[in-house]
Formats: sequence, structure tokens, C-alpha cells
Amino acid sequence: MSEQYTYAVARIRALEVSLFSNSTIDQLLACQSYEQCMQFLEEHGWGDSETSGNAEAMLTREEEKIWEIVRELSIDMENFSVLSYSKLYHNLKAAIKEVCTEEKNRHIFYEDVSIPGKEMLEIVSERDFGRLPAHMQGAAAEAFETLLHTRDGQLCDVIIDRAALEAVYQAGKASDAAIIRDYAESMVAVADIKIAVRSQKTAKSLEFMKRAMAECSSINAGQLARAALNGMDAIREYLLGTAYAEGAAALEESPSAFERWCDNRIIQTISPQKYNAFTIGPVIAYVIARQNEIKTVRIILSGKLNELPDDSIRERVREMYV
Amino acid sequence: MSIWSNLGLVYALLGAAVAVFLAGAGSAIGVGIAGQAAAGVVTEDPSKFAKVLIMQLLPGTQGIYGLLVGFITLSKVGLLGGGAAALDPQTGLLILAACMPIGIVGLISGKYQGMTSAASIGIVAKKPDQFGKAMLFPAMVETYAILALLISILAVNAVQI
Repeated sequence: MSEQYTYAVARIRALEVSLFSNSTIDQLLACQSYEQCMQFLEEHGWGDSETSGNAEAMLTREEEKIWEIVRELSIDMENFSVLSYSKLYHNLKAAIKEVCTEEKNRHIFYEDVSIPGKEMLEIVSERDFGRLPAHMQGAAAEAFETLLHTRDGQLCDVIIDRAALEAVYQAGKASDAAIIRDYAESMVAVADIKIAVRSQKTAKSLEFMKRAMAECSSINAGQLARAALNGMDAIREYLLGTAYAEGAAALEESPSAFERWCDNRIIQTISPQKYNAFTIGPVIAYVIARQNEIKTVRIILSGKLNELPDDSIRERVREMYV
Repeated sequence: MSIWSNLGLVYALLGAAVAVFLAGAGSAIGVGIAGQAAAGVVTEDPSKFAKVLIMQLLPGTQGIYGLLVGFITLSKVGLLGGGAAALDPQTGLLILAACMPIGIVGLISGKYQGMTSAASIGIVAKKPDQFGKAMLFPAMVETYAILALLISILAVNAVQI
């Protein structure tokens, strides 16, 4: 038992009251227009006085609020590193592309990570990859050289994305917290399934898939890749024999239902933390739940702004944690 | 007055100390755990202060039970009245054994009642209207502290001096 998280978990329980439930999301969906949605969110305390009327600023502010709370809990941020790897590797990818192509596009970087855009650009432009965390160094050098010599942006993406998945998986395996292990396992498995589905649709080779997929214990990347070569039905058949059988049904339904299932699967992984009173699990689950909530609100706002039919937006709405 | 010639009294005093020390420690641990949870909830929602304070205090009873057994023991051996009884070591050991239940059960139940209170504070944080039900869970742990208290009181009183 870790008593040190008792304060944090109790505080998170109090904060969970203000998380959006499925019925709150239904209310947001029922808003007639984008402006009404913005008003609804502001009434629920989203954003602050400086973000009024600006959806992107509001969502960015909400993301910032998550980390402000986590910092106040005085929990070692190392525990949350697994959640920031995707942003960290995104910054690496963006920096390599910017340095190799000399296209300046500063606003594509995430700044709320251990290596923000400016520092990452400095590291990549000086080829000083030793300043990166150990799990990034090899992939950074390989991706940089590949892009420099082949100009193949997709190959560069594949190298970095796979390294990101492997870093998440290794961090999960090394962690004492069950939620981090489960999250890492689910995240890598779902990413492999996504790669298989997209590769099947774009007729990618077995070699490409093997290069892109990361190994994990609940999915056999080799079998999944071979199934993808044989078509979508083979992928579904393979998934039916794994813990991700629901993904097969989602694949059959529609591409957006499949994307929705991918995120819902992560939420299902963290759901048991609602009943945990002492470990770090509920805090990590809260961060993931808030990020999922922000993602869902972004989908709804985007749908409303583009005047998509409600059913079409609803199909993309993720399951909520509470 | 040497210790060896009053070994019976020493054992009896040790019994009172065990009851007060162990049960008090259990309560301190329990109230501490529940207090951390209470502070977490009040940070976000100060309106729940009264409810979580009651939850925090629930593991505090073991310390009171230990104190009660300690008083009864001191009274029994005449230390509170000013004239200590002449106890043989065997009687002293009997009193020490009589104090053990509330000491040991107080320590363990205090800690676990604190953990249950902390978990129940989570219920109050999310569903304040379920306060009554939430309070029942830590109250269940109290049962065993009461049983131990009962046995300790009966046993101390049953020892013939």
C-alpha cells in the first residue's frame, strides 16, 4: 500500500465530479450550434477569462490545467513520462523534418514536455543526440540520417513512431504501477492494430508493417502483419482470437467506429482505477480521462463548426471515464 | 524498592502501557491516513469539511479504548489511589495478558479503519448524499476493537488481587 498517494487520490476523487459524463457529452451534442457549444463549455468552467470564444486556446488551457493539478500533488513527474512520450517523439519528428527540409514551422511543437520545441531543434540541428533520453538517441540518429539521405518522410515517421511505442512499452514493463503496465500494453497493441488496418488499406508490404509495429505480449505483430496482407477479414479473424475481439466488430462497422474503439479500449483499461483508493493509478487515470475528454470535445466542436450531422459526430464521440 | 521485588507491579504497568501505547499508535496511524484523504477532498471542496472530519475521527476511538483499559488497570493495581497493591509476578503477568487484546487489536484495527475511512472519504467526495452508507464501512472495523475492549475490561476485572 502506498499511503503517500492518499491525499492525491482523495483530491482526484473530488475533481472527478467535474469530469464530463456520457450524459454531459450528450448535452453538448444537443447544442444547436458551435457558439452554443462554446457557451456550454464556458458555463462548465472550461478555459479562463483570456480564452473566451477561442476554442483552441480553451482546449490548450484545459490541457495546462491537468498538469497544474498534477504538479500541485507533488508526485514525481517521472511517473507520468509514459503519457508524454507521444508528444516528446512528435517534437523529435517535427525537429528532424524542420532541420532536414529547412521549413520553419514553430507552432507544430508541444511545449509542455521535458524537451520543448526550441531545445529539440537545437539538439537536432547540432546532431547532439546524446542530450536526448537514452531511448530516443538511436531512433533520432537513424531517422535523421534516413531523411537526410532518402528524403522519405514516411520512413522517418515509421522509425520514430516505432521507437515511441517501444519506449512506452519498456516504461510500462519497468513500472511498479499496474495501471502504467496495462496502459502501455493496451496502447502498443491498439497502435499495432491501427498500423495493420491502415497498411491493409494502403497495400503496404510485410516488411513495412514489421518495421512499423512494436512487439507486445497481447498481440503477435508478425501474425497481425501477415493477416493484414490477406485482407481486412483476416485482420478481423485474427483479432477475434485475442483480447481485442471487440475491435473486430468495430472494424466491421466503420472506420470511425474503429478509431472510436481504439480510444475506448484505453478508457476501459483505466476504468478499474475508479475503485482504487491508495495507489497512483487514479491520478494517472484522471490525466488520461481528462485528455480523452478534451479530445472528445475537440471532435464535437470540429463537427459543429463544419456543420456535420449529429449522428456523424456521435459516431466519433469517445466513451467517458465517469 | 527494587524492580525485582515488585515484578508483579511492573508487569501490570507494562500491561497498561501496552494498552495505551499500541491502541493509541493504531489510532494515530488511522487518523493520519484518513486525514490525508480528508485534506485532499477539502482542497477541492471545502463545503465537505464537516462530513470528512467525522470520517477522519472514526479511527480515533481505539486510542480512547486503550486509555480506558489503562485507567482500569492502574485503578485495579491501586496506583491511582496512591497505594500500590503488592502483586506477585504471576498476577502481574495475568494483567499484562489481559491488556494485550485492546493493545494489539487497537493497533491493527486503527490502521485499517483509517484506510477504510480514506476510501469512504472518496465516496463522500463523489457522492455526498451517500454519507450514511460510506460511514458504515469504517464502522464495521470498529466492531473488532469493541470486542477486544470488552475482553480486556472483563479480563482485567477478573484478575484477583
